[in-house]
Amino acid sequence: MHLISWLFPLSALLLAPLLSGIINRVKAYFAGRKGPSILQLYYDLFKLMHKSSVYSRSTSLVIRLAPAVILTCLVLACLILPWGGFPAPVSFAGDFILLIYLLGLARFATVLAALDTGSAFEGMGASREVQFSAVAEPSLLLGFLVLIMHTGSLGLAGIASGITIVDWQIAAPLLVLVAFAWFFIMLAENSRMPVDDPNTHLELTMIHEVMVLDYSSADFALIQYGAALKLWIFGGLLVNLIIPVKFDVVWLQAVTFLGGMFLISLLIGITESITARLKLLNVPKVLVSAGAFSLIALIIKLVESYQ
Amino acid sequence: MELMLLGCLLQILGGLIALAVRDNNKASLTANLSVWLGCALAAIPVISVLSGNSINPVRLEWSLTGSQLVFGLDTLSAFFCLPFLVISPLAAMYGRSYLGNPERRLGSHWLFFNLLVASMLLLLTAQNVIMFIIVWEVMAVSSFFLVMHDHEQEKVRKAGWTYLIATHIGTIALLVFFAILGSETHSLDFGGIIANRKMIVHTGALFVLAIFGFGVKAGFFPLHVWLPEAHPAAPSHVSALMSGVMIKTGIYGILRTITLIGYTDAYLGWALVIIGIISGVTGVVFALAQHDLKRLLAYHSVENIGIITIGIGVGVLGIAWKLPALVFLGFGGGLLHVLNHALFKSLLFLGAGAVSHGTGTLDIELLGGLLKKMRWTAWTFLIGAAAIAGLPPFNGFISEFYIYFAGISGVRAFTPGPIILAAFVMVSLALIGGLAVACFSKAFGIVFLGEARTTKAANVHEADLQMLTPMVILAGLCVLIGLAAPLTVYLVKAPLGTLAGSDGFDFTGIMHHTRTVFGYVALIFGILYIISLVFYLIKKLLPRANQVSTTGTWDCGYAAPTARMQYTASSFAQPLTELFRSLLRTRKTSSRIKGYFPANTEFHTETPDVAKEGIFAPIFRLINNRISPLRQMQHGNLSGYLLYIAITLIVLLIWKAGF
Amino acid sequence: MNALAVLLILSCLLILGSSRPRVAIQVVAVQGIFLGLLPILRSWEHLTAGIWIVGISGLVFKGILLPWLMQNVLQRTGIQKETAPYVSFGTSLLLGIVLLALSAWIAVNLQLPADASPVLTAMAMFLVLVGLFLMMSRRKAIMQTLAYLVMENGVYALGVSISLEFPYLVELGILLDIFVGVFLMGNLLFHLDRELQHTDVDKMTELSDLQTISSEPGRDA
Repeated sequence: MHLISWLFPLSALLLAPLLSGIINRVKAYFAGRKGPSILQLYYDLFKLMHKSSVYSRSTSLVIRLAPAVILTCLVLACLILPWGGFPAPVSFAGDFILLIYLLGLARFATVLAALDTGSAFEGMGASREVQFSAVAEPSLLLGFLVLIMHTGSLGLAGIASGITIVDWQIAAPLLVLVAFAWFFIMLAENSRMPVDDPNTHLELTMIHEVMVLDYSSADFALIQYGAALKLWIFGGLLVNLIIPVKFDVVWLQAVTFLGGMFLISLLIGITESITARLKLLNVPKVLVSAGAFSLIALIIKLVESYQ
Repeated sequence: MELMLLGCLLQILGGLIALAVRDNNKASLTANLSVWLGCALAAIPVISVLSGNSINPVRLEWSLTGSQLVFGLDTLSAFFCLPFLVISPLAAMYGRSYLGNPERRLGSHWLFFNLLVASMLLLLTAQNVIMFIIVWEVMAVSSFFLVMHDHEQEKVRKAGWTYLIATHIGTIALLVFFAILGSETHSLDFGGIIANRKMIVHTGALFVLAIFGFGVKAGFFPLHVWLPEAHPAAPSHVSALMSGVMIKTGIYGILRTITLIGYTDAYLGWALVIIGIISGVTGVVFALAQHDLKRLLAYHSVENIGIITIGIGVGVLGIAWKLPALVFLGFGGGLLHVLNHALFKSLLFLGAGAVSHGTGTLDIELLGGLLKKMRWTAWTFLIGAAAIAGLPPFNGFISEFYIYFAGISGVRAFTPGPIILAAFVMVSLALIGGLAVACFSKAFGIVFLGEARTTKAANVHEADLQMLTPMVILAGLCVLIGLAAPLTVYLVKAPLGTLAGSDGFDFTGIMHHTRTVFGYVALIFGILYIISLVFYLIKKLLPRANQVSTTGTWDCGYAAPTARMQYTASSFAQPLTELFRSLLRTRKTSSRIKGYFPANTEFHTETPDVAKEGIFAPIFRLINNRISPLRQMQHGNLSGYLLYIAITLIVLLIWKAGF
Repeated sequence: MNALAVLLILSCLLILGSSRPRVAIQVVAVQGIFLGLLPILRSWEHLTAGIWIVGISGLVFKGILLPWLMQNVLQRTGIQKETAPYVSFGTSLLLGIVLLALSAWIAVNLQLPADASPVLTAMAMFLVLVGLFLMMSRRKAIMQTLAYLVMENGVYALGVSISLEFPYLVELGILLDIFVGVFLMGNLLFHLDRELQHTDVDKMTELSDLQTISSEPGRDA
């Protein structure tokens, strides 16, 4: 465990709120507006930290504890996420399963806190959240299986450093399939268009935003920050897959990785600007299709191995 | 070994005394003491075997079968004894307070309870076919009487009969199984069977019979029909015992069959994996559609048995493919899940019992907001819920991680078989996990969170100390196993010696590797507890942390929200049940809305078991139609019956004399 | 090469999941263009005139001519949507994946010549199976014609993936097949339209005398 490897999760914690700033800037550009500052989320978090809290009378300890648990899960997931050629502080065989399940625990806490308020709207959001993630998780894991087969490595570190330019030359179709699948799963898991509209103001149509309606002050700051980290984690997985240039020099790797993250947030911003929301009923279908993408990659990989 | 038998004897004796005692309190106490003492005695040889010693079996001469009665304890039995020894005393303790002191006598209840505990322990030690079947029957019958505890209710009687019929159909298969096994190996002792296993001809047929016979008890889909009937009908501590440990005897039976026949072809492994996946997915999908808390939990037993079976199937495939990693992780995950499921499922059933004790109902839709008055029940239930959904940092994650890890380890073999297996295992486990999270968010969220939906839920009271203690202990164990994950490799190593000892695998490499991996996992779990606490406390240090105000839940500006407007469990599960509607076949009834200001309307859904309605009901109806002409023989005329006996006698005599 | 195979597989899934015949026809057109490129790309190093002809004719027929014809038929019948297929679109997608696994298994276990590509063979088998499945599961006659085309595409791809030496033999037969098929189907479509003002294939049972007598009069009025 190198000391230097702690640098990456630390900078993830610092830089994660930037992503939503970039996305919002891109969206503003498409809409012909000037848009908020890139640092807006930092300002929001700072302001929220200095507010007094309001809790619903229906709630219990669950909603007070949930933000801490959610944020912890996401921070720990950051500790597992590698940066290209550099392994994460904690890396072991099968660590991606723990990563996915930590996200699962965060989701469980979010959903329970939503139900704690007794609000019908929050129940609705929670119900959608568990439905989509139940379909998204197998798809995500199938993508990992393809990458394990491809790199022969069981851990995230090996998978991340194992995908190089050569792999993109010989197996581009498979990697593109997985990347597409993951990109859509990222949009769904982070409540982005075309699955969920982060800017909507109608409770009935929300998924993630409706579940956090009853948070205030520091709790809400933790939730917002957690959401930023979650986007960072999914973005990081995708960057490790689609940016095949891997270095073992710290600053070079850091620059490529951050460049990749910038690219991902640009992509998300563009996607959000040019797509309309899917019908809610169609979301599982699309998520299953994302799984189908990975499965096709897996089948082709298997058939290829006979050559 | 003698200690174990002594313990069982003590339990039976305690049950008999409880039957004889007039006072309910004394009967409960006697039964409790004997169960505790018996389990404590039995624990000594179990721990000794698991720590590597071997114990001489007890041999008793038995003239009836012309062979010896052998009771022995190998590592496999000893491992399965563990959950039995933990859950039984806790269930007994809970039951003492749960049953209270009603008008009727509880002696018979405790007799059957103690008989069930003793017969399960004897079953694990029986090393003789005849003894195995006798104890198997005692177990089935005593649990039948326990299910029938509230026999004045029509529903309970029906559930009891369903269970009795199901379990006996299984027993018939097992009788045939053991008859073929015994006649082909010329032995009724397990030792003798193993020695002569080369003489077995019909291996495939034997395994089909074993999977069917033991599968009924374990609850494989579609043989699970008795589970969702019997578990809700039985008192909660009995459901905990049955669902937590008794159904594991089916798994034990299948593993024992593998050690007896020694047949570990890839086909068997694939069959088990597929059975496991089907049971796992259908179990959790049906659980999602239930409104009754205990019925929901019963379907989750089907799901978890599925996960265990996937693990065992992976282990068998590992033997067939000669991959020690798959053997260790597959069997290890399956076995560890046997233990883990016993812990959290009993915990959840006890929690459900506390809910029904406090509110008088188990209908999820009528509850809500129980957390405020039932703190301990709620928080322990939450730990159980997170554990059963396989979430970190609890024990359910550990055993599921074993099986995931088995799946991905196979990928490195770079042959198609293990890769296809990995895809199957990972997709199904992830799907089951995701659906289980959905289901337990529903179960916990609707029952314990929000506002009380009815007066029943509002006037709830917390369970007493005797009911809470077992729940807290079980929840503590769920947390502990999560944190002690690296040590579990030693726990599952022991029974592997019996299961795959003769195949000459070297597990040291994979054991070491697994221990390292779980070291990291446990580390992360530890950090998770600490950082969560830190974050929670940091909030208190913020500048305006003291200024807290309360208000109503955000209601989008609606003027008069009531507790009945909360989201219901059915609505919560609806998107997912809709996704699986072709499997569930939910029946919906609703009244049509009339006029502009409709006052009363209703909507009702019911999800009957697809296997029961689609497979078993038609079969039984057919049988009933075919054999109903025979009813004429039951005319009630005494001399007619005497005639039957006479005819039977004469036919038998002629047969005996003539051939 | 594999990229083309992946695209073709994806195009099939798109057809399976789409409810609009217009979209499906466009996808089949794209499929035809890919299929036309397939033999050319497959033997890029030693291209012969024969392969050029096969490729280009495939591209023109499958990618342009037939889709254009079908688009015409579609406009004349005015069908917007395949409303109620026998198998729902979501289930079709899942079954599509199962079919892909099945065709992969077949392709791997077939005794193929040494230079045959298993990925292409799997893709071709998949096309054939999807075509068959679509034919069974869709109601509108136009979709069935389309399904027939997908199946033919599969046979063509199979020919390309197995033997590049005599592709035009295979190809000639296939082109004829397609012609006959489309001719027949088109004919059928118009006749059906005239008889029943409908192109649902299950209405065809009403052409039988037995059915007409037993069914209520004026059901289709």
